[in-house]
Amino acid sequence: MLIDWFTVIAQALNFLILVWLMKRFLYQPILHAIDEREKKIATALANADQKKAEAQKESDEFKHKNEEFDRQREVLLSKATEEVQAQRKRLLDEAQSAATALTLKRQETLKKDEANLHQSIVRRTQQEVFAIARKALTDLAESSLEERMVNVLIRRLHDTRLALTAGPMIIRTCFDLPAAQKNAIKDILGTEIEAHFETAPDLISGIELIANGQKVAWSISDYLSLLKKGVNQDGTGIGIGIES
Amino acid sequence: MHLSPDEMVFWQYGFLKLNATIVFTWAVMLVLAVGSKIITRKLSTTLVRSHWQNLLEIVVTGIEKQIEEVGLSGPHKYLGFLGTLFLFVATSALFTIIPGFEPPTGSLSTTAALALCVFVAVPFFGIEEQGLSEYLKSYIKPTFIMLPFNIISELSRTLALAVRLFGNMMSGAMIIAILLTITPFIFPIIMTVLGLLTGMVQAYIFSILAAVYIAAATQVRKPKEIKS
Repeated sequence: MLIDWFTVIAQALNFLILVWLMKRFLYQPILHAIDEREKKIATALANADQKKAEAQKESDEFKHKNEEFDRQREVLLSKATEEVQAQRKRLLDEAQSAATALTLKRQETLKKDEANLHQSIVRRTQQEVFAIARKALTDLAESSLEERMVNVLIRRLHDTRLALTAGPMIIRTCFDLPAAQKNAIKDILGTEIEAHFETAPDLISGIELIANGQKVAWSISDYLSLLKKGVNQDGTGIGIGIES
Repeated sequence: MHLSPDEMVFWQYGFLKLNATIVFTWAVMLVLAVGSKIITRKLSTTLVRSHWQNLLEIVVTGIEKQIEEVGLSGPHKYLGFLGTLFLFVATSALFTIIPGFEPPTGSLSTTAALALCVFVAVPFFGIEEQGLSEYLKSYIKPTFIMLPFNIISELSRTLALAVRLFGNMMSGAMIIAILLTITPFIFPIIMTVLGLLTGMVQAYIFSILAAVYIAAATQVRKPKEIKS
């Protein structure tokens, strides 16, 4: 007999026990785990959808803000451009006027400098001319010239007829006068006036009579001094005169 | 040489006996239960999971999908019964690769027990689903004359279930045993591989047929519902 009924019953029981065991240890835990996972995935997907929606919302908001910002920026930029242009124009005008003023000032300064230079050149020229003249005349001066000058002085004394008062008189010459001329002068002055003869090399050539604060002179040094004085006074012209 | 592991009796006390069929069944049960327990002890509910968990999930969801494809709605309810049928038969066939293992499904007693379980489960699920009267009415459809044929059909298909599985498993084991005596090399291995394939196909056929019978018993009313 192929069928053993005890085994049949035992196997049926065994199978039922196995069904219970499998349910207990296999299907339920596995299905539970799968359900849990599906739930988690569903939650994750829902979260993802929510986040996506939020992100979309934020993106839209950001886009909107960006557009607004762009618009504001455009407005501000145009405003700023206008202001800058106005400022630029103002600054350019200011700079131009400043440049003009500076140019004028510079021109004035140049003129002044030119005038100063011219004046200094003139002064220098004068000094040089006087120095050369003084040098030339010093070189030329000698006793014979002085004698002639003394003669001129004597003639002048005759012509002017100076009111000579008594007292000592100082007669200064560059070179020592000869005795004849000394006597001639003494004759003109008379006996009341005591004459003292002095030599003064700085006269260059000529003669000076000094008495009681009065002075009668005829010397190249005097001429040069007068000339210099005249030049210094007007800068251009030369005045010559006899100081008395 | 014996046709069935029933014949290998280890212990007997009157009607009670402990034969190889029961012992190997217990072995299969032990492996299935302990293996499941060990693997499902640390189940992960996150996206990262172990290989064993993946394997079990594939097996369970595969069975569930098959039940659903047969036409049973709410596969969770039938998963315990039909899934265990498949796993038991398949594991028994798989363990034939272990030398000395006699598949319990190679015993007509075991297949008869399984077929009887199906024979009981079909009306059980049918009555649970559509009520006693509706279930009983299905035997006299389309006409009263069909009642004896329906009953014969119930019995014969149960018998067919038992004998089909027994015949396949027993023949497989028998062929290997015969071949081992004739050509001890190569051929037994090929036949074992073939036996594995046959065993898997039989596990599939057995559980799918059970599912079809249950589906037939639980979904009689459906066409009416669609018409209404």
